[in-house]
Amino acid sequence: MRFLETFFNGAVMAKYLPDLLSAIVTTLWLSAVILVLGLSLGLALACLRSLGRWYLTLPIVAFADIGRALPPLVVILIFYFGLPGLGISLSGPAVLILVLSGVLAAFAEEIFWAGLTAVPKGQWEAGRATGLSFARTLFEIALPQAIRLGIPPLVNRALAITKMTALGSVIGVKEILSVSSSAQSFSGSATPLTMAALAYLAIFLPAVLLSRLLERRYSWAV
Amino acid sequence: MTAPSPVHQRPMLEINRLEKRFGDTEVLKSIDLRVQPGELVFVIGPSGSGKSTMLRCCNRLEEPSAGTILLDGEHVTDCRGAALDRMRLKIGMVFQGFHLYPHKSVLDNVMLAQLRALKRPKAEAKARAMEMLSHVGLAHKADAMPSELSGGQQQRVAIARALALDPKVMLFDEPTSALDPELVGSVLKVMRQLRDEGMTMLVVSHEMGFAREAADRVVFMDGGVVVEAGPPEAIFGNPQSDRLKSFLARVSKAEE
Repeated sequence: MRFLETFFNGAVMAKYLPDLLSAIVTTLWLSAVILVLGLSLGLALACLRSLGRWYLTLPIVAFADIGRALPPLVVILIFYFGLPGLGISLSGPAVLILVLSGVLAAFAEEIFWAGLTAVPKGQWEAGRATGLSFARTLFEIALPQAIRLGIPPLVNRALAITKMTALGSVIGVKEILSVSSSAQSFSGSATPLTMAALAYLAIFLPAVLLSRLLERRYSWAV
Repeated sequence: MTAPSPVHQRPMLEINRLEKRFGDTEVLKSIDLRVQPGELVFVIGPSGSGKSTMLRCCNRLEEPSAGTILLDGEHVTDCRGAALDRMRLKIGMVFQGFHLYPHKSVLDNVMLAQLRALKRPKAEAKARAMEMLSHVGLAHKADAMPSELSGGQQQRVAIARALALDPKVMLFDEPTSALDPELVGSVLKVMRQLRDEGMTMLVVSHEMGFAREAADRVVFMDGGVVVEAGPPEAIFGNPQSDRLKSFLARVSKAEE
């Protein structure tokens, strides 16, 4: 009974459910924006890197390495509390989107690039020998194969980084964790945190299952 | 009335003083070779003799260090960018490793360059692809994925993919070397059929039996130079140079 009272208190649940629902919506759209921006930027960077020009490769590799090395929380705090000193004031959600999609882009670039380098040279030669341009060969032949190779690590990374929207709680973004932890302080009950955990499961468990489908859809024997 | 001037047929493929260096290594030392329209020229030679490099220079997968290559009188070696892509449409190439696109069906493999490089309308590209697939005896595999095919079937699809672009010349880079022995025949059969239809072909291969019966001319390369060239009867029946003699002896010993 004490367990249920602590983690699944009905009255507390009813009281904070509306707040939590709007927080879920916030987490969802933040995640969606971060995914789209991060993955497309990562893909674009990997494509630029495939051109093999040092003046493109150098900054891309630097961006990917730094983006993967820095803890996102540090960057979020610097952007949120440091940039106003330069006269640049960004809202909490803007900082979260900027930093997390940047971090996702850094990882995605490396994953797409690893996929591109794993495509056999003969695939490029077959494309070019049939008169396809570099860009056509990249988009029609090399990238689809690179993306297929990259899907499992990409899905893992995308999930890990969208879950980091919880870091928004330290800069006042009204996403699931911040709403439920303030509800926890007000109510003195752990129930809102349970609700947060359930909400995260409701969002990310289907995403994990969807990714399994995706992996199967994109697999073909080589 | 003036007498008609003698007909000088223009070679379909003309290689002039072709040189290729990788760093300090000279792989090709001034190669001259002409392939007449409808001719099947067979290139033999020990591994490392530069024959594959020579073939790959013909469509600039390998960049020549010096020399010129002409296709039907047009410079291949001067082409840049989009002009080179257009030139490559006229030069079909078949690789030792097939290199079919694993994420596309057989039909899409044969259609891709028709659509994206030749800019053929889809219906026309599909009709042409099916025609070429029937030509190599694989129309019934149009919807299969490459991984579902045997090596010999994959190589025939690769030949169809090249032919669908209506090339003026076909380059074959050891087309049967990666195949199980029992599958070699099906690919050679398609090549013989092509030859009989008048396709101009330059073939690098170790299939001496096929060279003997199907080639118009055999070129023996060694150490980056053409050592001897002539009709198959002469090359195999009456080799002049010591290098060719010892090469043929080694090959026939290996085949026993």
